Amino acid sequence: MSCDLNGKELAMYDVIIIGSGAGGGMAAYQLTKAGANVCLLEAGGYFDPADPKYITQLKWPYESPRRGASTVRAFGDFDAAWGGWQIDGEPYSAETGTEFHWFRSQMLGGRTNHWGRISLRFGPDDFRRYSLSGIGADWPIGYDDMKPYYDRVDKLIGVFGTNVGLPNEPDGFFLPPPKPRLHEMLITKAARSIGVPVFPSRLAVLTKPINQERGTCFYCAQCGRACSAYADFSSSSALVIPALKTGKLTLINNAMAREVLTDPQSGLCTGVSYVDKTSLQERTVKGKLVVLAASTCQSARLLLNSKSSRFQRGLANGSGVVGKYLNDSTGASMSGFIPALMNRKRYNEDGAQSCHIYTPWWLDNKKLDFPRGYHIEYGGGMRMPDAGFMSGIEAYNGLIADASGKKKEAGGYGASLKEDYHRYYGAFVSMAGRGEPVPMESNYCEIDPNRVDQYGIPTLRFNYKWSDYEIKQARHMQQTFDEILHAMGGQRVSPAPSADRNYGLEAPGRIIHEAGTIRMGNDPKTSALNAFQQAHEVKNLFVVDAAAFPSQGDKNLTWTILASSMRTSDYIIDQIKKKSL
Amino acid sequence: MNRRDILKSIPLTTLSLSAATPEVSPTAPVPKPAITEFKNGKSPEEQRRDNALQTAKFLTAHELATVTLLCDIILPADARSPSASQVGVPQFIEFMLKDQPDMQTPVRGGLSWLDHECRQRFGKAFTDCTPPQRIAVVDDIAYPAKAKLEHKPGVAFFSRMRNLTAAGYFTSKAGIADLGYMGNTPHQWAGPPKEVLDQFGLSFDPDVHYADMG
Repeated sequence: MSCDLNGKELAMYDVIIIGSGAGGGMAAYQLTKAGANVCLLEAGGYFDPADPKYITQLKWPYESPRRGASTVRAFGDFDAAWGGWQIDGEPYSAETGTEFHWFRSQMLGGRTNHWGRISLRFGPDDFRRYSLSGIGADWPIGYDDMKPYYDRVDKLIGVFGTNVGLPNEPDGFFLPPPKPRLHEMLITKAARSIGVPVFPSRLAVLTKPINQERGTCFYCAQCGRACSAYADFSSSSALVIPALKTGKLTLINNAMAREVLTDPQSGLCTGVSYVDKTSLQERTVKGKLVVLAASTCQSARLLLNSKSSRFQRGLANGSGVVGKYLNDSTGASMSGFIPALMNRKRYNEDGAQSCHIYTPWWLDNKKLDFPRGYHIEYGGGMRMPDAGFMSGIEAYNGLIADASGKKKEAGGYGASLKEDYHRYYGAFVSMAGRGEPVPMESNYCEIDPNRVDQYGIPTLRFNYKWSDYEIKQARHMQQTFDEILHAMGGQRVSPAPSADRNYGLEAPGRIIHEAGTIRMGNDPKTSALNAFQQAHEVKNLFVVDAAAFPSQGDKNLTWTILASSMRTSDYIIDQIKKKSL
Repeated sequence: MNRRDILKSIPLTTLSLSAATPEVSPTAPVPKPAITEFKNGKSPEEQRRDNALQTAKFLTAHELATVTLLCDIILPADARSPSASQVGVPQFIEFMLKDQPDMQTPVRGGLSWLDHECRQRFGKAFTDCTPPQRIAVVDDIAYPAKAKLEHKPGVAFFSRMRNLTAAGYFTSKAGIADLGYMGNTPHQWAGPPKEVLDQFGLSFDPDVHYADMG
C-alpha cells in the first residue's frame, strides 16, 4: 500500500496520462470509454471553450485595450493558447550558435485549442523516407497500419475536405468543404495555370453535424480562439470533456510533472511525481501504466529527468536517442499585394480561420536539389482589423495610381491616406510553405546541467541548426510564391529574402510542429519505442505525442498524433485483456 | 456634499498617507476584492496587468495634446466618419506605450524632435503653431521617399504614429464601420456574391460538393 505524506492511501489508477493535448486527450477518451480508471495530469488550468468566462470568440478588437496585440499572448489577446514562447519561471536555453523556440500552451487541451485545424494524413511515402531517399529514417509501421485509425479519427473528430485520389495525400471520410473566398479563387486559377495544383483544404471543422454534443461552423474565422460551439477540434471540448463524462477520468490541473517513478527491482513504472502549481506541494500519483503526452520536448525532458541507478541516462534511454532527432517543420512565407483586389466590394467573407484551399507537394525531389517536399497554405481577404492593421502602409501606398490616375507619394496623411486604407483593405494575399525537415541526430534537446525551473525541475537546453536541405527547400518555396504571385498580377510588399536570411526560413521551433525526440523503431539500439509506441525497456510506459515520430512529412502533425494515440490506446486495451501488461 | 464628493475633494497626498495607515483613517479606500477568476477570456494575471496599465500614466498633458493633434492630422473627420481623437486613438496610444515600453523612447523622443523642429522654425512648440505651420512640418516628415536627410528622425516617428493611429482607428467601432468590415457575426458562408464572381470571371469547381449545397 502506498501512502502520501499524511499517511492517506493513494489511489491506484489503471493508467496515468501526462498532458491533455491531442495525444493525451485521445488516450484519455479511448481508455476511459474502454472502462479503465485514468488519471490525467495537466500542467495548466481547466478550460472549456463553451464556458463564458473563457470565451474570446466574437469579441471585437476594441474589447481589448491593446486591440488584440501580441504583447501578452504570442498570437494576441484573443488567441486561446495560454502560454507562449516564454513562460515566466519555466526557462529553457540553447547552445551558443544554435536556436530553438519552444512554444508551450499550458491548459486543458494544450495547443489544440488554438491550432489552425489543418488535418492532413501522412501518405504511404511519409512512413518510408529512408527507403526512398537514403537519408532520414523509416517508421516501423506503414500507411496500411495507420489507415484504419485515420478513418476512425475522421469519423470521430470530423474533418472537411475532398477525395482527390492523390498517391501521397490519402483520401478520407470528409465533410463537405466550404466554398473558396475570392482571393482563394484567384490563387487557384493562377497556380493551376502554372502547373501548381490546388485543392480544397482539409480542416478539423464541422461543416455538418456529426453528433449531439458538437455544433457546426458558423464561419467567424476565429478557430484560433477555440470554438464555443465545439465546431472545431480542440482536445478539451472533443475528447477530454466527453471522457470526464464517463466518470472514469480523474483530471488533475496545474500538475507539473517532475519524474516518472519506477520500481528498482522490476524496472517498471509505478507512478508519477508532480508539483501542484497552486500550492507548490510535491505530490505523487500511482498507476499501473504511464502514458506520456506532454509534448515532444516536455515528454523527452520528463524521461531525461527520470534517472535512477537502473536508468542512469534517463528512463527508457538505453539507446541514448531520447532528446535527439528533434525536428520542426520548415516554414517560409510571402505577403503579396494584388492590384485587382483594390477597392473591393464589401461583404462578410469570414469562413474557417485557416485557408479553404491548399497545395499539396506536387514535385519529385529526385529532380530537385533538396530531398523533401512542402505544402502551401494561403491567406488573405477582408479580415477583422487588429492591432497590426495595415501597418507599414508607407511601404506600398505609393505603388498604385489613385482614382484620378495619378501615383501618390508613399506615406502621407489626412483624407488621402484614409482613402488608401479603404482602397488597399483586403487586397493582400499570403503564401506560407510548410515543409518536411530531415531529422538529424545533431539536432537535440538535453537537460541543462546548470539550470532548474521555479519548481526545481532541471530545464531543457536546445541544440538545433538547419541544414542545406531545409535552406534550399525554403529557396524553392520563395520561387514558387513569386511564380504564383506573378501569375496573379501581384507584387511583393517587401523584397524576397535572400541567402543571407536563409530565404526567409523561420527559426527552428517557430512553426510549432516539433517531433522526433523519443522516436519509435524496430531496433532498441537506435530507437526508444517499439512500433506501438511502447518503451523497448519499460513495457508499461508509452508515448503518444509527436515525440514518437521518426519523421513528420510535410503534413501538420495533429491528425497523425490522434490516429497513432488511438492505435496505441487500442494496443494497451488489447494487452490488458491478454494480461500482457 | 456626500461621502463620495468628500473623498474626491481630499488632496492626493492625504489619500496616500491614509492608505499607508489604514487602521487610523476612516476615509481609507476599501480594497477591491482580489481577482482570482477568468473573466471575458482573460486570466487573473492578465486582468491585473491591464488594470495596472490603465491606472498608470506615461504621456504628459503636453505630449498627449501633441499626440492628439497628430492623430487628427493623420485621420481627420470627414462626412462619413469621425476623427481619430473622436474614437479614442490618443488613449489607445497612451495604453500601448505602457503596454510595450520599447516604444516609449522613440515616441517621447519623436515628440521632442517635433517640438524642437517647430521652435527652430516658428519659435514655439507644435501645439502652439498655427495649423498651416503644423502642416508645413508634417509635410517634411510624412513622405519617407522624398524626405530630406535632416528630417529622417521625424519620418521614422511619423510613420510610427501613422501605424499606431490606423491601428487604433480601424479597430474602433466607428473605424470598423468606416472600413466596411462586415464579419465577426455568425453567418452561412456560400462563396463570394454572384456579382463579384462575374466581375472577376470566376466560377466554382463543378466537381466539388460544397458545404452550403446541402
